[in-house]
Amino acid sequence: MSHGDPRFHVPVPPYRPGDEPDFSHLKLPKAGEAKKPRVDVAGMDTQDLALGLVGVLDHNHQAVGEWDPRLAPEVLREGLSHMVLTRIYDERMLKLQRQGKMSFYMKSTGEEAVAVAGAMALDKADMVFPSYRQQGILFARGRNIVDMMCHCISNSRDNLKGRQLPVHYTWADGNFFTVSGNLGTQFPQAVGYAMGCAYKGDKRIAASWIGDGTTAEGDFHGALTLASTYRAPVVLNVVNNQWAISTTQNIAIGDAPTFAAKGLGYGLASMRVDGHDFLAVYAATQWAADRARKGHGATLLELFSYRGDAHSTSDDPSKYRSKDEFRNWPLGDPIERLKQHLIGLGEWDEKRHAKLEEEMTKLVVRSYKEAESHGTLHDGPLSPTESIFEDVYAEQDWRLRRQRQDLGV
Amino acid sequence: MPVKNMIQALNDAMDVLLTEDEDVVIFGEDAGYFGGVFKTTDKLQEKHGIDRVFDTPINEAAIAAMAIGMAARGLKPIAEIQFADYIFPAIDQIVSEMSRIRYRSAGQFTSGCVVRSPWGGGIRGGQTHSMSPEAFFTHVPGLKVVVPSNPYDAKGLLIASLDSGDPVIFFEPKRIYNGPYDGVPDKPLMSWAKHAKGEVPEGRYTVELGKADIVREGEACTLVTYGTLVHVAEAAAEASGIDVEIIDLRTLVPYDIETIAKSVNKTGRVVVAHEAPRTSGFGAELAAQIQEECFYALEAPVFRLTGWDTPYPHAHEWAYFPTRDRMIRALKTVTEAA
Repeated sequence: MSHGDPRFHVPVPPYRPGDEPDFSHLKLPKAGEAKKPRVDVAGMDTQDLALGLVGVLDHNHQAVGEWDPRLAPEVLREGLSHMVLTRIYDERMLKLQRQGKMSFYMKSTGEEAVAVAGAMALDKADMVFPSYRQQGILFARGRNIVDMMCHCISNSRDNLKGRQLPVHYTWADGNFFTVSGNLGTQFPQAVGYAMGCAYKGDKRIAASWIGDGTTAEGDFHGALTLASTYRAPVVLNVVNNQWAISTTQNIAIGDAPTFAAKGLGYGLASMRVDGHDFLAVYAATQWAADRARKGHGATLLELFSYRGDAHSTSDDPSKYRSKDEFRNWPLGDPIERLKQHLIGLGEWDEKRHAKLEEEMTKLVVRSYKEAESHGTLHDGPLSPTESIFEDVYAEQDWRLRRQRQDLGV
Repeated sequence: MPVKNMIQALNDAMDVLLTEDEDVVIFGEDAGYFGGVFKTTDKLQEKHGIDRVFDTPINEAAIAAMAIGMAARGLKPIAEIQFADYIFPAIDQIVSEMSRIRYRSAGQFTSGCVVRSPWGGGIRGGQTHSMSPEAFFTHVPGLKVVVPSNPYDAKGLLIASLDSGDPVIFFEPKRIYNGPYDGVPDKPLMSWAKHAKGEVPEGRYTVELGKADIVREGEACTLVTYGTLVHVAEAAAEASGIDVEIIDLRTLVPYDIETIAKSVNKTGRVVVAHEAPRTSGFGAELAAQIQEECFYALEAPVFRLTGWDTPYPHAHEWAYFPTRDRMIRALKTVTEAA
């Protein structure tokens, strides 16, 4: 049944299931075109970057232009290794979730460079306030994989005592804040943390990540207002992976040209970055971190990406989007692009890549075996039941003591 | 000993905290140079610096989030929400985040801070400057909720709140900022100078959280309340001649069940009173807990004296507010019940 013309504008995605996606309408600037300003540039003078696209790797996988961070081959190989591990870990965890080993899982397919390059460009002492799709940060910062898995299967060694959904990691030793499931709350918290760093007079900064859909939340605007008002040393990342569960980015972006452009209204340095280009993400993060550390304030980075898989294991994207979108995505696959770049440099080859994948697969399989030896959500052992009454307050009051007794633990 | 009103006592508490610990920072809408719309942070910026006592954008969620982030970095933030009625934009940050950071991270991060806010009615503030939203927060695991009723307690409780290391919602009964109030409509201000708890010692002291204060001992019935109504209760006891035992809770979470139960077991009759609406108000929690603890000692049903289940009215403020006369009627009902 036809409903006629809609009476007000409701954005719709260009493609639905069964369509052949064609992204030629995106008209993305070419790698190397973007100019690199000084880190003390006035926020408003970043308009070209906010409307453009910072890219380094061109269609031949060569590094071009002013934003090339000129990283040593071993740094590139390290980044590739973290990204490969992130993807293999995600694949394995998805399978294990399907086998009933954990309640829930969220992959980061397509967004590996966003997390890994971002983390590598920051100092390990910088505090990160991620969303639930930056597990790559943990690999880049060297977290023990068994610990990560123990959290996901909520067993007796889960460092969160089974209190959080899988993937909602916390790792204070790695300066990784506690991930929330409420969208965007971490954005203004990161600004507060950054102000605390400035107050303490240290050179640490904070960084946070949210998705495109979350920019509609008030906390996005609160964070940008605070960051601008107090010139907080913080890097604010919007991962535009095009999809917020089933709604496309155009439900959140409205008539704004880019998400990065939203930062300009706050006077923040703002830029859109090719989120599938390891070198571009690294360079932009490094620039923003340098700006923050030197006291010139915050930067809003829009990392232009594509959510390569479902939102979560509770989601089925075949119901609302074309399954060929990721394959046809004009900015490609971040792992493949860095791999081809390294091969082009003569610093990598298919054989070494296959070996890396094999090693990482073995590591993940071995780690899971070890993790499972500490229990699983279904079969236990879990953290002690009485632990549910711990950490509510610094000290338990009479209510919690009585309730623990009521439960008989 | 110096006499202070509640504003001066709270200002003194913050001055003590700022002076003794560089990690203490204070912020809120108009809280900086101007010293707050009630002048509670008056001159603190001048004395301690613009990066320690500062103005914020009008975004309560961002104010709460900033406190969370700063606390995670090791600061001890005191955030002011200009009126308790304006706390709702911050509710996600307070309820879903601030209250749970310690729990969610299994103790790896904490969010110890104080969120101060002028609270309650009796000032002709209408719907948007009179609310008592404490029950929204007493329902949230991980938060402590404190309501002082006099200058001495205000200072000691505020210092204890920041010391506690937990997030504390600190509601300040603005009707009694400048003097106690006996619940007689539109009566002119009285002075804290004539009240024993208007004397506020210099320097640091604390009033322990979770401990109620028996402000009047009595045998005929128990009246449990907090904030402005503590003074209304005293006036009602005096005017009625009923021998009421008045308990000032001071801390709502965790509340002092031991003191309440001991009193109710003695008197067998109890009124719980608050300005907030009745349904799901904090009085409901008190009534439920009292019947669990003291059922066999009770000689009359627990009486809830509260605001009505309406928004806070402007012109009919005194029809809404639990005045002295309403409180006397409540005490009579409870004490005369067979």
